[in-house]
Amino acid sequence: MTDLALVTDLSTAVERYLQHIGEADEYGAVDLVLALLDDGVPAERVLLELIAPAQRRVGELWAADAWSVAREHAATAVTERAVAAIATRVRPTPRFGRVTVACADGEYHQLATRLLAEVLRLRGWRVDFLGASVPAPHLVTHLHQTGPDAVAVSCTLTTRLPRAHATITACQAAGVPVLAGGAGFGADGRFAGTLGADGWAPTADAAADLLEAGLLPSFPAASPGGPPQPPSPDYARLVAGRADLIARTMRALTEAHPPMASYDERQREATADDLGHLTDFLAAALYVDDVPLFTDFVAWTRDILKARGVPPAALALGLRLMRDQLHDLPQTHPLLTAGIHTAQSPSRPPANPSRPPANPS
Amino acid sequence: MSRERPTGDISGATSELPAHHRTDLLPAPAMTPDATLMRALLEASGEGVVLCDADGRVLLANAAAVRIAPDAIPGLPTSSAATAAGPFAPGILGAAAALFDPASLDAGPVPLDPASLDTDPFPLDPASLDAAAALFDPATPIGVSRLTVHGGRTVRVRREMVGPAHQAWFLSEVAGEVPAGARPLSPAHERAEFRPVSPAHERAEFLVEAGHRLSGSLNTRRCARATAELAASFLADAATVLLLPDHRRSHSWLRATAWGSTVREGEARSVAELPELTDALYGYAAMPHLRIDAARAPGWLLPEGFGQAAHLLMTPLPGNGTPAGVLVLARREGAPPFDAAAESLVRAFAVRAGAAIASALLYQEQSATNAILTEDLLPPELPVLDEAELAGSLRPSQQTDLIGGDFYDVCRPSPSRPGVPRDELPPGAPYGLDRSGMPQGVDRQDAPYAAVRLDVPARAGMGKDAPLVVLGDVCGKGARAAVLAGRIRHCLRTLLLVENRPERLIALINQTLLATPASDAYATLVLARLRPGRAGRLLIDVAVAGHPEPLILRADGSVEEVSASGSMLGIDDHLDLRPVTVELAPGELCLLYTDGITEASGGPVGTELYGTNRLKEALATCVGMPISAVVQRLEEVTTAWTSHGDKDDRALLAIRARPLPERHR
Repeated sequence: MTDLALVTDLSTAVERYLQHIGEADEYGAVDLVLALLDDGVPAERVLLELIAPAQRRVGELWAADAWSVAREHAATAVTERAVAAIATRVRPTPRFGRVTVACADGEYHQLATRLLAEVLRLRGWRVDFLGASVPAPHLVTHLHQTGPDAVAVSCTLTTRLPRAHATITACQAAGVPVLAGGAGFGADGRFAGTLGADGWAPTADAAADLLEAGLLPSFPAASPGGPPQPPSPDYARLVAGRADLIARTMRALTEAHPPMASYDERQREATADDLGHLTDFLAAALYVDDVPLFTDFVAWTRDILKARGVPPAALALGLRLMRDQLHDLPQTHPLLTAGIHTAQSPSRPPANPSRPPANPS
Repeated sequence: MSRERPTGDISGATSELPAHHRTDLLPAPAMTPDATLMRALLEASGEGVVLCDADGRVLLANAAAVRIAPDAIPGLPTSSAATAAGPFAPGILGAAAALFDPASLDAGPVPLDPASLDTDPFPLDPASLDAAAALFDPATPIGVSRLTVHGGRTVRVRREMVGPAHQAWFLSEVAGEVPAGARPLSPAHERAEFRPVSPAHERAEFLVEAGHRLSGSLNTRRCARATAELAASFLADAATVLLLPDHRRSHSWLRATAWGSTVREGEARSVAELPELTDALYGYAAMPHLRIDAARAPGWLLPEGFGQAAHLLMTPLPGNGTPAGVLVLARREGAPPFDAAAESLVRAFAVRAGAAIASALLYQEQSATNAILTEDLLPPELPVLDEAELAGSLRPSQQTDLIGGDFYDVCRPSPSRPGVPRDELPPGAPYGLDRSGMPQGVDRQDAPYAAVRLDVPARAGMGKDAPLVVLGDVCGKGARAAVLAGRIRHCLRTLLLVENRPERLIALINQTLLATPASDAYATLVLARLRPGRAGRLLIDVAVAGHPEPLILRADGSVEEVSASGSMLGIDDHLDLRPVTVELAPGELCLLYTDGITEASGGPVGTELYGTNRLKEALATCVGMPISAVVQRLEEVTTAWTSHGDKDDRALLAIRARPLPERHR
């Protein structure tokens, strides 16, 4: 089969694969990927050109409210099995050193990390894959016990950046250089630099290339690019007062937004949840001093709420009330003001790739 | 030289052009395309092209190749192993570069200036041989690009077969750019040139850097690597760290060089060939450094192609009582010898490196012991059962250990279990528990313990090989709780040899806990015995002791609580147990969990308990999900709820009746 034929096959195979995982059809999905391997398609291509795009589509379908959370989880679980099947089928000989791959604490999107672990293994690294949500003390203990040449830390949600920062710092203090990855570090990886990681890669194969080329230092630099700027003092105060802020904003919202009065318990909880997410993104934006981090999330929330029948005005109102509650934290104001503008502006494709644009299908 | 070659094949056209036959640059006999034209074409390429014969000997390297990899020398093999055998003609590289300079092609063949051979010495030191070997790695698969760092540049390398016998290497520099958008964020560690040790501040800086790098890791290999790299960056041309043998009885070594970025590792079977090494490793603990006669150094001590070292210095790395290893420093011909200042710096460095490696060794030993001791306390890998699907998750609150007071286990009381030769025992043999050991609180008529035999009574024998699932929570947290949890698991496995009714097992465990000297040996648990029902259904005999009732997810998305109940264990010998049997249709699921899930506090307001209702609602959304996804989702949801850290251990274990095989496609 020519290379060109394989390319065509994979793009059509993505649709078939998506259908299998959408029906939680484990055998169908596993048979499909194993058949591709039997046809001579390299395992790395199956992982990155079939499974990864299909999973991106799963995210899009969920964001467009076309798939339920349960269906998304079921599809992802089937993909885990498919990846495991590939790992069992292909056994490369180790050629390089050892790498630890882990999701930062609180980070549950482990599939991309799993794909990275498999790609590195296929390229000849010895890989320790620690999976989802690895607390920093576990990770550091593991690093001391195994002594890897590098640790790849993933963060897909920007709200987890402060915790990812703690993990990065702890790994470096244990003398192991950190390769950062995942949409949480920004589409261009700018937060990886802010938080002092030793390297950043946008994709699994780019990460493998970087490691293979020996472009990570063997030890973390003493202070890469100078010490990171300490976050605004308002950050710590915002985090400490999070629960209180949400409770007060909820009360103010009930007064200002009459439909709220008729909300049932579940709707009230969903609203409190939304306010919680906004607070977390606000805190993360303060932590890394980045306005688009907050406004991208506001834009994404606006589009999601719209898809679920909540008018953008309600979001803008919530942000305005939140700003009123935070009169004593002046550094949050420019962020919230920018967020209010975003909430009121018409929809555009959000720039935050961790939450892909709605894709009706 | 043979003129026979495959027609029109560039490899054939150029294969007669070894660099040292410059006069051969005259146009080849008329053919299509013309060899000169081909060569000009080749030279115009920005991509480096190195053509080799079957033996890896370089036949041709275009200007781009020479620029990217000055080590690709026409006439010489690409592999350093082969190269080490032959002498190098100095200046050949300069001549080769001129030879393939496009300008010189325009001007016709370049007569060799014999003077250039002497005036342009390109020292082919072991460093460039090492580098060339890494660049032209014969293990590179055909047709696959890889990135490598060569002489400070990032180079993309691809190997292709050209015709039946020749192979070509294609090199392109990825200048300042990194693979597909990825990037290193800290400046790559720049190796200090070897400098004679003199200014005091340089030495101080070196020791500060050494302290910084050595202090972080508790891993022996990482510490040894740091030691070798630091020493090679400042003290010598090559530095080898030899570690004391571990249980494999061979000495492992790590070596760094002042020129290469790769650290080599290996194992030395014997150190006897150099008696000083034995002395340093096993002799007088405070032995000073020693100068070694370089001629006696064993081959593995120096990098390949290093030649004979001019100066060799050996220093023990002091450890805890015994040396942690030995550092061997080598300087090449032409480098200054180790003077008094250098020796004192080496000694100061060795003290720091030795302390770091010794601490790491101690930590590795302790964590190995710890791993053995806690092995049985970790959640087990769940078996694949015929009866049902299982998935579990356990998240201990104390984050440095993976162990805690929540636990689960799956026991399969199979007659074929190793060490349980049921069939070999005479029928009717009592199992040894007499009346005094009989649990209270269980109806005596129902518990003829003295009479219980290994061929268990028919009623109890119903599903006697049925797997038993246990999930529990002992009082307390961390290691102490984990030890008690481990004891309960162990106890259960033993009891299963003679008893398999969940309610009886619970009563017996209660007796055990009451007999435990520890004052706080309390536990709650749920036992579930799995039995196949009719038409793919699954029967679960559930007994609960002071534990949250399991939940059942029905096929229609409704969630029920299992009504079994019972009191906590380890408090009183009277147990009020109400076991029940539940029935699951194919695909339906039973969830066991600990109170760490429902009592997780957090939520938008920070202090609200997660509660059974939220758990039931979350479970209701899981219809049709694979069992692992259900458990992962519930763990994720409760983790998100306790966004400010776990205060309690959390365990989940799901049991699902195997769904009927789907007819897909």
